[in-house]
Amino acid sequence: MRLRELVNSKELLKEWMIEKLIWICGISAIFFVFGIFFFVFREGADYLLRGFKVTEFFTSIEWYPTSRTQVRYGALALITGTFSVTLLAMFIAVPFGLGAAVFISEFCPPRLRESLKVIIELLAAIPSVVWGFIGLTIMNSLILNLFSAPIGLNVLNGGIILALMSVPIIVSIGEDALKAVPDSYREASLALGCTRWQMIFRVLVPAARNGLLAAVLLGVGRAVGETMAVLMATGHSIRIPGGVLEPVRTLTATIAAELGEAPVHSDHYQVLFIIGILLFSITFVVNLTADLVVRGIRRK
Amino acid sequence: MITAFRRSRRTPIQRICKRTACGFLLLFLPIVISACLRGRSPDVPGGGVKTVIQNTGSDTMVNLAQAWAEEYVTIAPGVSVEVSGGGSGTGIAALINGTVDIANCSRKMTPDERERAKTNTGKEPREFLVGFDALAVFVHPANPMDEISLDQLAEIYGEKGAITKWSDLGVRLPLDAPDEMILVSRQSNSGTYEYFREAVLGKKRDFRLGTIDMHGSKDVVELVARTPGAIGYSGMGYATGHVKMLSISPKTGTRAYAPTIANTQNGTYPVARPLLMYTLGAPNEAGEKYLQWIFSAHGQKLVALSGYVPLSNLAEPSLQSKGEEELP
Repeated sequence: MRLRELVNSKELLKEWMIEKLIWICGISAIFFVFGIFFFVFREGADYLLRGFKVTEFFTSIEWYPTSRTQVRYGALALITGTFSVTLLAMFIAVPFGLGAAVFISEFCPPRLRESLKVIIELLAAIPSVVWGFIGLTIMNSLILNLFSAPIGLNVLNGGIILALMSVPIIVSIGEDALKAVPDSYREASLALGCTRWQMIFRVLVPAARNGLLAAVLLGVGRAVGETMAVLMATGHSIRIPGGVLEPVRTLTATIAAELGEAPVHSDHYQVLFIIGILLFSITFVVNLTADLVVRGIRRK
Repeated sequence: MITAFRRSRRTPIQRICKRTACGFLLLFLPIVISACLRGRSPDVPGGGVKTVIQNTGSDTMVNLAQAWAEEYVTIAPGVSVEVSGGGSGTGIAALINGTVDIANCSRKMTPDERERAKTNTGKEPREFLVGFDALAVFVHPANPMDEISLDQLAEIYGEKGAITKWSDLGVRLPLDAPDEMILVSRQSNSGTYEYFREAVLGKKRDFRLGTIDMHGSKDVVELVARTPGAIGYSGMGYATGHVKMLSISPKTGTRAYAPTIANTQNGTYPVARPLLMYTLGAPNEAGEKYLQWIFSAHGQKLVALSGYVPLSNLAEPSLQSKGEEELP
């Protein structure tokens, strides 16, 4: 009897400890996010409040952080760089990703589906520096030869690399969204005489609309935040691109290239953190939108 | 009942524990053995206290200084060289404060800095030339151009410069390559970027926007090798067979000098600077031995391996002082 009580109390203690441990794990995510935001903001806040020229930052392309005569922090070219590469990446990744999601969830024979899913997950597991390397070597010479462009490291190169990186995310989340549509929808539409094509585009895609949008937005988040691959593949050149064959420089790549050697707490260092705040806000807005959209599905 | 239940729950865990323990043992066995063997080898003479040489300064030289320090440990195990970067100015400031044994510097100390060091510490700084940093200008091997002047480079790379196309230089690229000049540069806080700016654009001018800013000396050479319309600069030691190095003249119309080790050493190649080390007064015994080793063929080989140009007297192991006084 006493033995059983002892064991029971021990088990209870164990239960309690595990419960607390899991609670801490859950809470820590919130803690870390706010911690990171606080840290990034604190590092940049001093200059943000002191001498930061907002209009120059958003309207000038002149990024001269280490000029001897006149230091200028115009980030317009970097912002357009990030947006141009992301836009092109989404232009490629959205049709491919959603198409693949439709194929996997609706047309694919079950055996092929399993192997396809594994391969797509493998695609998501390739480190970004490897993607960057592919951009720097294979894509570079391919673009040089195919388009006779002056340089192979450009928006097109970065866009294709980013598209390849965000396709797996779009496919797996999009496929989940299509799977979540009840089979009764499919049966009903087929029973009414729809072709499979009509069923997918008139019934399934509208029904899974929110989930598909969330998939796209998460892909955008991935593309905006990606650093190493774009640093290597876009050419890292400060300019407003006139076409997809021109090199650009993105916000993330600028931080990666310059933070390491900017003296701590110098203006340059703080402006790089302000870029960090800007990026944080962009991805925050994108992820929040995705989240709200997903929540929209659940309410239905 | 209870014991049986618990045992059955524990056994797999125990098995896993055992397996991990075995794995760890296998993993660490070689390390442990090698550590034991190293401990037994008669490395440190007498096992005495290590002499520490503090070595601070130029970021351009920090990799080279690190390479020297790592190699020197194998030769003189009793001496440990502690290297840190921060820039030439940081090194000189530390020298003036007397907190460093050897300061690395990729420019000469100004008379003002010498004076401050003297009044602050009572000792005259000594200068030792340990190698050269020479930048080469690279183009694609198919490019017919052979030489370029500093003025032309300034118009190519400088803000609001006049030259943007190869035809502006009278160069026609073969194989229908686009006429647009692709300028390959470095990220704005690299030492190479700063030195090229100073040597080519002067003290006041900035780089043109729209250069392709690569993140490493090697990357510049590799990109130029792949891009027919590109021009780029990097350390001379990074040249490969896939790019062409241009001869450089100080002014358009004057004689151009090929980027060779000989031209760097005799001072005719215009885009080269000395790599210097400074001590306060005569270096102490450990410091002198270290500098002597740096001047030896072994030390100079590391200069070449780090992408810089070694001194001319490779075989001569003697200590050369360029300071005002001779060494004892």
